[in-house]
Amino acid sequence: MKLKTFPGGVHPPQYKDLTKGKPIEDMPVPIKVIIPLQQHTGAPCEPLVKVGDEVKEGQKIGESKAFVSAPVHTSISGKVTAIEPRPHPASAKDVMAIVIEKNPESAEVSARPPMLHLGTPSLQTESWKELTPKQIKEKIRESGIVGLGGAAFPTHVKLSPAPDKKIDTVILNGVECEPYLTNDHRLMLEKTSQILEGLNIILKVLGVNRASIGIESNKQDAIKVMENAEHSYEVGGRDALHGISIEVVPLKVKYPQGAEKQLIKAILNREVPSAGLPFDVGVIVQNVGTALAIYEAVVTDKPLIERVVTVTGNGIKEPKNLRVRIGTPFSQVIEYCSGFVNGVSKVIMGGPMMGLAQYTLDVPVVKGTSGILVLKDIKEESEGPCIKCGRCVESCPMSLMPNRIGDYAETDNFDLCKEYGVFDCMECGACAYVCASRRPLIHLIKYAKSRLAAKK
Amino acid sequence: MIGQAILVLGGLGLGFGILLSFASRKFAVVVDPKEEKILEVLPGSNCGACGFPGCQGLAEALAKGKTEATSCVAGGAEVTKKVAKILGVEIEPKTELVAFVACRAGIKQAKKKFKYRGLNNCQADALLFTGDKSCVYGCLGLGSCAKVCPFDAISITAEGLAVIDPKKCKSCQKCVKACPRNLISMVPRAQEVIIICKNRDRGKKAKEVCSIACIACRICEKACPQQAISIVDNLAVIDYQKCNQCAICVEKCPQKAIGVRS
Repeated sequence: MKLKTFPGGVHPPQYKDLTKGKPIEDMPVPIKVIIPLQQHTGAPCEPLVKVGDEVKEGQKIGESKAFVSAPVHTSISGKVTAIEPRPHPASAKDVMAIVIEKNPESAEVSARPPMLHLGTPSLQTESWKELTPKQIKEKIRESGIVGLGGAAFPTHVKLSPAPDKKIDTVILNGVECEPYLTNDHRLMLEKTSQILEGLNIILKVLGVNRASIGIESNKQDAIKVMENAEHSYEVGGRDALHGISIEVVPLKVKYPQGAEKQLIKAILNREVPSAGLPFDVGVIVQNVGTALAIYEAVVTDKPLIERVVTVTGNGIKEPKNLRVRIGTPFSQVIEYCSGFVNGVSKVIMGGPMMGLAQYTLDVPVVKGTSGILVLKDIKEESEGPCIKCGRCVESCPMSLMPNRIGDYAETDNFDLCKEYGVFDCMECGACAYVCASRRPLIHLIKYAKSRLAAKK
Repeated sequence: MIGQAILVLGGLGLGFGILLSFASRKFAVVVDPKEEKILEVLPGSNCGACGFPGCQGLAEALAKGKTEATSCVAGGAEVTKKVAKILGVEIEPKTELVAFVACRAGIKQAKKKFKYRGLNNCQADALLFTGDKSCVYGCLGLGSCAKVCPFDAISITAEGLAVIDPKKCKSCQKCVKACPRNLISMVPRAQEVIIICKNRDRGKKAKEVCSIACIACRICEKACPQQAISIVDNLAVIDYQKCNQCAICVEKCPQKAIGVRS
């Protein structure tokens, strides 16, 4: 059978073997965390605590009144030692952050204490069904859940489409097309039923009865596990699944297959209009990690205080899939993975295609940190002039002309960049990956976007 | 043969000549003589600092009385005087200003946070963790200001710092807008004692990021006999109205963040 996919795209080497066979490991609770007040797209939070306050694991410490925002919670119990701007792995500027340190006497670094007041279900597993969609959304918001695929868009906003948009399908995104990353893959294998339950909660909130789970065909085990689990649901005849159809869709291995718009095109053959959102074609896409977080928030009242991070690359001694508390500094995560090998040249948050290079290891793991990639011995290739080979145009999944946009950005012709659709670009990096002259096309595109935004 | 050619070409020339002279009278565009005169005295660099499309545009606006005689910033007092004479108006002399980059910390004083590889342009550098310089207020030295200067007054030193030649600066203020860190300000041309720092971090942090940053120690504030210096938001600021340029503060500053401009 021909696998479904989208036009354009590239085939970078996968490098997933480093971690894909390694079960998720719980990292010991750190003695210090840095919780930035902005870890999501939207308005930053205001702190709810003061320096010197004692806080308890899972307590809400930052909140915003704005709709497009998500509260933040402390991931350890301890004392607030500072509230000040700190480096943030995904922000151009230092971001206000709450620093929490554990009391030295109660510091248990080696063992991971069970989350006593968090892990126990406050509801019977089935009783979330009695909640109204509004109550569920309120719970999701209160738990600070954002999209865990990387963009960190507040989930309750995504689950609140405009009333005039008719949603008919939910897509669960288990594609994980970024090379190296395996956290979603491991979650699908290890937390299958919880993810499916999370999907049911999403379906209930939206009142939709059709869902697709998109998984790249390089994850055959995950496809199988998901299909089996979904069958057992149907065979078991659980109430939640009455009239609900869930389909697992294996997809061609191609980057960026996991991008929202490309996933919709591949599975449903619908095209999201320029400057539009998946709402406009009746679809909502959620990452598998987000579905799990929704399950944990709604069924077990656990706020988003930890996430799975793939620590990988040829520059790290022991690559791992780790469950890390939000706010743990990168330096500690790397130390837990036995540190760097010699000759490390780059530490990237995220994958190699869209990830962001870091200049300090003092940055904390945030809600959007899907991976920490450490690379050694990177060749510094010098860029040349565009030779008009057209490979970037061919590879662009949004059918743009990155060569033109890059040229215009370089010569400060920002209006022309806009005309050539710079705002439709999602910065997937396919163009820069294939560029024969090694032109920094994404840098140029980001620069053009920032200059256009400053003009407004 | 030759006779014929002369006749034909000469005839054509004569015919067109008559036609053109007729047309130039019939369709003549009346130009305000003032406008022409003003255009002659304007610098002609078309820098655009006045906000009009080039010198021609300003000359037209001046002649029609749409703008003030002092509009030409690049020309300075001399041009203003001539323009006022043509327009027949009185003007009060303005303090002449000059652009100044308030940072003198090169790579030795303020280290690089990381190696920046990208567009040779300060705005693009500032997108990445506010730029590669450890001090988030300092000069990035990629020359975005130098690129927009119509008078070639800005140069970038080997240390990675933008320096403005006051002799060449015509105070068009284009560089002020180009700097992503708002480091360039307009100061009176006569003012020589000046704060060469924009760092608003607290003392300890300021020292961490740059060895010659203003640490807001208040020594200058106390030493100034004119009470012209005050610390605003962790940074020393001189009130140019009060300052008599005795340069005592320059002596006293432990960080050498106050200097005498050449």
